Amino acid sequence: MIKNIIEVKNLSKSFDISSRKQGLKGTLKHFFKREIKSIKVIKNINFEIKEGEIIGFLGANGAGKTTILKMLCGLIYPSEGTISVSGYFPFRRKDNFLKNITLVMGQKQQLIWDLPPIESVYLNSSIYEINQFEAEKRIRKLSDMLEIEDELYIPVRKLSLGQRMKSELLAALIHNPKILFLDEPTLGLDINAQRNLRKFLKAYNEETNATICMTSHYMKDITSLCKRVICVHNGSISYDGKLDKLLKKLSPIKEVLIICRSEKNANELMNSGFTVKQKIKNEITLKIENSSITTSLKTILNKYDIEDLYINEPPVDEIIGKILRKKEYND
Amino acid sequence: MINLSIHKISTLLKVQYSNMLEYRVEIALWAISGIIPFFMLNIWTNNNLNESINITNTMLSRYFISAFFVRQFSVVWVVFTFEEDSLMGKISPYLIQPLNPFFRYLAQHIAEQITRFPFALIIAFCFFIFNSEIFWFPNLFILLLSFISTFLSFLIQFLMQSIIACLCFWTEKASSIERLLFIPTLFLSGLLAPVVSFPEFVKSWIYITPFPYLIDFPANLLSGNPTNISGGVTMQILWILILFPLFKKIWSEGIKKYTAMGS
Repeated sequence: MIKNIIEVKNLSKSFDISSRKQGLKGTLKHFFKREIKSIKVIKNINFEIKEGEIIGFLGANGAGKTTILKMLCGLIYPSEGTISVSGYFPFRRKDNFLKNITLVMGQKQQLIWDLPPIESVYLNSSIYEINQFEAEKRIRKLSDMLEIEDELYIPVRKLSLGQRMKSELLAALIHNPKILFLDEPTLGLDINAQRNLRKFLKAYNEETNATICMTSHYMKDITSLCKRVICVHNGSISYDGKLDKLLKKLSPIKEVLIICRSEKNANELMNSGFTVKQKIKNEITLKIENSSITTSLKTILNKYDIEDLYINEPPVDEIIGKILRKKEYND
Repeated sequence: MINLSIHKISTLLKVQYSNMLEYRVEIALWAISGIIPFFMLNIWTNNNLNESINITNTMLSRYFISAFFVRQFSVVWVVFTFEEDSLMGKISPYLIQPLNPFFRYLAQHIAEQITRFPFALIIAFCFFIFNSEIFWFPNLFILLLSFISTFLSFLIQFLMQSIIACLCFWTEKASSIERLLFIPTLFLSGLLAPVVSFPEFVKSWIYITPFPYLIDFPANLLSGNPTNISGGVTMQILWILILFPLFKKIWSEGIKKYTAMGS
């Protein structure tokens, strides 16, 4: 039985935010009397994460994904509820807890801008009390996995975004953390750099059994890394479960393009009771429910003279777009 | 354990020193901008103001060149960097490391002082070329004590500014509060005038504040002017002992308000 490494119960977070009306009148009013509103950005959420899992947090901008990650790693103090990460309450920031986690933010960096990344890496290794020999061994291993070497000796300001993110990961993983919190790690990277980063994360997870909690707006990150997703909508969890189950649920119908040997065949198929999306000469597109796709295809192949067929999966981005817009996905 | 801590501190200093060397021109300019004591010396000697406090021209000149050195090695700007880092969410990665982010700022300051040292020496050397009669070399004990006292002065200022910096968790613009502290620091620290020149009644109040121990006391010590050495060092340590727990308290309360904005 795999144990839970993260347990969150009735977690809420509120922020005090002051707002003001536009214009001079609004400015003056704001100067003398501030209107401060307490906004609950995370509302009573519960979830558990098992050791070694890769979890994707999905949601629109401002849904609360990053706030959840920040609370999980101990950056911000929760307003209500309890969090246990590796047996610790994150915000207490005990050294033993901090030595087990890392946080990588796509839009924030910890590398010292004017120095080569290797300096920040060695600085981190000394902060995490790793001796020189061990640090060198880990740098060699991680730089092999990340496919960086010379870049480590070039000032950060002269590196490309992708090279910087790889160096950032190396610095963030030098202490072999057991839990990785990644907030949009592929933000701004080109397609190849994104793919390499995903490959690295997958390999790191397989090799170290590290738990990875990540947010990303690039759906490829989620679909290729996360078996389980947690959808966040307005600070509440709208779905927590397997990604493929969610995709099936949101897209219960597949489109099947069938190319018949003759137009006559296609006409017969059109009148056989299937839902037809369109028909052009001997090509016919049917809409078939996921649950009956196998039996339907068997029937079609046995009964009709078929030249070829294609099953079209709906684009994942389109489905995830639905997730970001809708509120509830649980059964 | 001790070896690892020494390793941690030395790496932090080495990295920050390398970083500071990238800004050597900027640091040279900062060193030059710290020549207020020379202007004040000029005002004092041209107006024979030294006579009013029974101090010779030579000793007054030594006081101001010492004040220049003390100032060079006790300048603190942590409130500004911390405020920016905190408001922009830049301290987030450092908060989840097993090292208080203020150690990074402390190392930054010390590294900057090390970088500043040769520039300060050049400025002092130029001063002594034109004023060779003022040159003196304190004995090693006084030199060591002045060094310690200057470091304590730096620590007091660092703690005072760090406390104010932490207020940005509540006010967001803590540097404005620091401006309020700048005025007494300027006038009461001995940067513009030795504290001995103040009226007796004012002096009795000034000496219970931390300000005269920032410049006046270490500068008097280094220049060889009469000063209460044990009393001065005791007050410096006392202020550190008062400010440090205050800083820890305000930090632990303030950090709960951190919202990691900008990320």
